Amino acid sequence: MSNNIDNKDLRQFSTKSSAVKMRGVTKVFPQHEGKGEFIAVNNIDLDIDDGQLVTLLGPSGCGKTTTLRMISGFEYPTQGNIFIGDEDVAKIPPNKRDIGMVFQSYALFPHLSIWDNIAYGLKVKRLSREEVEERTENVMELMQLTGMERRFPNQLSGGQQQRVALARAIVCEPRVLLFDEPLSNLDAKLREHMRDELRSLQKRLGITSLYVTHDQAEAMAISDRVVIMKDGDLIQVGSPEEIYAYPNCKFVANFIGKANFMPASYISGDERGARVQLGASELSLSNPGDIKFGNGEKCSLAFRPESGRLEKDGEGIAGVVTRATYFGFRMEYEISTDLGSLVIEIYNPQLTGQYKVGDDVKVLLDLSCVRVLKDDTIEQE
Amino acid sequence: MPKKSAATPLHLPPDNNNRNQLQMLLRQPVLLATIILIFIVLITFVIIPIFNVLKLGMMDSDGGLSFNNAKKILQSSSYMKTFGNSMKLGLSVGICATLVGFIFAFAINKTEMPGRGFFKVVSMIPIISPPFILSLSMIFLFGRYGFVTRGLLGIKGNDVYGFNSLLVIQTISYFPIAYLTLSGILQSLDPSVEDAAYSMGAKRGRIFRTVTLPLAMPGVVSAFLLVFIQSLEDFSNPAVIGGNYSTLAVETYRTITGMFDMNLGAMLSLLLLLPTVAAYLFQKYWVRKKSFVTMSGKPTQERRKLHEPYIIWPLFVFCCLVTFVIFLFYGTVLVGAFVKTWGIDYTFTLKHFEYILLTGLTALKNSVTLALYSAPLGGLLGMVVAYLTVRVRFPGKKVMETSSMLMFAIPGTVLGISYILTFNTPPLVLTGTSAILIAAFVFRNMPVAMESGSTTLLQIDPSIDEASAVLGASNGYTFRRITLPLLRNAFFSGLVYAFVRAITAVSAIMFLVSPKWSLATTKIYSLYEIGLYSEAAAYSAIMIAIILIAIGVMSLLVKLLLNPRARGPRKSKPTPEQTPKMEGAA
Repeated sequence: MSNNIDNKDLRQFSTKSSAVKMRGVTKVFPQHEGKGEFIAVNNIDLDIDDGQLVTLLGPSGCGKTTTLRMISGFEYPTQGNIFIGDEDVAKIPPNKRDIGMVFQSYALFPHLSIWDNIAYGLKVKRLSREEVEERTENVMELMQLTGMERRFPNQLSGGQQQRVALARAIVCEPRVLLFDEPLSNLDAKLREHMRDELRSLQKRLGITSLYVTHDQAEAMAISDRVVIMKDGDLIQVGSPEEIYAYPNCKFVANFIGKANFMPASYISGDERGARVQLGASELSLSNPGDIKFGNGEKCSLAFRPESGRLEKDGEGIAGVVTRATYFGFRMEYEISTDLGSLVIEIYNPQLTGQYKVGDDVKVLLDLSCVRVLKDDTIEQE
Repeated sequence: MPKKSAATPLHLPPDNNNRNQLQMLLRQPVLLATIILIFIVLITFVIIPIFNVLKLGMMDSDGGLSFNNAKKILQSSSYMKTFGNSMKLGLSVGICATLVGFIFAFAINKTEMPGRGFFKVVSMIPIISPPFILSLSMIFLFGRYGFVTRGLLGIKGNDVYGFNSLLVIQTISYFPIAYLTLSGILQSLDPSVEDAAYSMGAKRGRIFRTVTLPLAMPGVVSAFLLVFIQSLEDFSNPAVIGGNYSTLAVETYRTITGMFDMNLGAMLSLLLLLPTVAAYLFQKYWVRKKSFVTMSGKPTQERRKLHEPYIIWPLFVFCCLVTFVIFLFYGTVLVGAFVKTWGIDYTFTLKHFEYILLTGLTALKNSVTLALYSAPLGGLLGMVVAYLTVRVRFPGKKVMETSSMLMFAIPGTVLGISYILTFNTPPLVLTGTSAILIAAFVFRNMPVAMESGSTTLLQIDPSIDEASAVLGASNGYTFRRITLPLLRNAFFSGLVYAFVRAITAVSAIMFLVSPKWSLATTKIYSLYEIGLYSEAAAYSAIMIAIILIAIGVMSLLVKLLLNPRARGPRKSKPTPEQTPKMEGAA
């Protein structure tokens, strides 16, 4: 299973890649039995720029797969428009949309050889035999599948099947590539490997891609932009860094990575910073995020477990260690404080020393890593 | 950054989804044309004919609406007796055949009884057998000059005709249906449930009573109802061996061909139609909903089946007994085809076959020809309808599904009457042609092909179709290159079934055959009617041979045409041949 995709001549795969635009797209499903409706996707606008890889990320049932299937044409939007390039695809069936798709189950044709699987799309297009053979051969070489032409899908390992699925999707040089949780059937190690391979291939082909996943690490690792969805709504769109460092609400902060929240109240602020009241002390934050607050409004201070430190004494939030979990490369502590329970992660615990349950500690924060968020409630998953 | 549009639409026009579906269809003209064509065909050959029977049954001879026929039937004690006879026979056969079928299914699927493969094959014999054979054997064995009654026991003038013979013959004929239904159910019950009961200390008998049987109960009811329908609509056996025990199917035939009373015949056929349709609907919509079968899709670990001697051997003895009876009956006919005069002169002869070759060859050729035309048509139509109803979204899908399945519940006699009524007059005159026979075969046998196609399709990941669509394939291309090859097993069994049913059909075609298009089964019936039993036996033997050959050829063809081949690029040198290990469709 090994090495990265050959850095081969990719000219023959230069794609006719196109941007994707969604405008006011809504999808309503009728509920089972009876007249109820279920709004799977609620009036979203989404842009996928040409050549970008955008990830739709969210808990199950958030509408991400429905969004993908509307672009592919397997679901019709109840309202709104979808454009591929400049073309409104509302009335174009899936087989005329010129897209590539990698399915969660790979959906390889079980009765066709690997060669026939990959060449399928080219044969559908009635290309000449020479062209079919040349392009199939090229893509098989690119995906390191050479030699497996005559095998059948069930004779391949999971990773190889994944490659065949990808080869089959790109051989037709689609305008857009859609991924529906393509890695969720692989084991953890192979998943990471395929993830990197997939990203480097996408980058070099420069093909517009939409990637659906519920795995936030995967989303962070491969995306140009990440779209967080919840209950049919787009919650936040941004680069992985933006999403992680500047979540726009407690849901995103909690969904991407882990976050600690402390109740506070907003005193005042402008573009350069904000002053907030946390417990008895007043903090001055130079980099609070760009959410607007009224003076005196209740708010929530968020920070990542890794941006805190623990000290025996010093200027910090006093607390008691209630849980200490050893993960090898890091320690995870739960600290009970007057401001609630906080989780702090300490990397390289051998160097920084360890605390035991019951130890009195102080939590020290780097204020540049603290964000001010609206104090809305989030359901725990 | 995308901004959210201000307004949130909540109440959208409810038909929006339908309109979108329609728009999508308009973009796929071939698909749309196929759907429309199938609707036209279904309306012409299913809906209108059935409607015509209903209409005729409700009319008197002047053509006005009246319930005179209904009244006549309800007031006549002989018709009510006939109705009672049919019901009594149907219920009795239903119970016996389901019992035999259950024991077979249980022994073959749940135990390590020896000879399971053999018994499986044995249980298929009655399904592919031509009609009349069992009745003929019954006469050969137990009739006036019966081998057992006269020859062995010396009883003179034994009356073999009537209820008891019918019960035995129909039980043998229809227990395979119960077996197949129950096999499916028993196979798909998760054995870990039984293991759980076993691990809690339950004895085998208790597990069977408290776990296996209750879980299989919907299947049992289902099997019973299917057998009930078959028994009710059976024409060939009651016609031959029923004697004075009249049944609805035979009475309808006699009313129309003997008394020339079409209205009364239609009303009688409605009497037959009601219980079969009711049983069918009950089976389809009630029993199936109760079904406990859960398909996890993941093969559970292979585990040891029941192997205790006190369970296996009684089952084995029972299966052997049934097998013996089947062999006895079929063997008798084969022997009967080769002896001079049954019951009197048992010397070997080929003269019956000579007679058949001289007089019955045209009918035989007709039967084979029409079956060859109708089987692929029905099989293919069944697969197309299965594909459309399972995989494609379009308005009116439920209507298509229901009307396609309807013919399964319509007794052959009713179908025959409805086709004469409908195609005797313009716009579409088909009576006397081969087309009317082909149509009868196609629409009578299509539901089975469709059912097996749907079942298989539901087990195939829909993203396989979607993958094909995304790669640019139209629905038609996907159907030819992906769906049909994956359905090849279902297609093959649909094909074989349609062929066998067409060549062995009796009730549906009694009204449809014409001098120009006489068929093998009607020929056998007329041989029986003029008392040429040995010739009838010879004819049946030839039909068995033809059916076996046809099944062999069809399986070969399907294998050749649809089996997966390991193909690579043409120019590259072949790598060592890889043989796919493929189980079933997916």
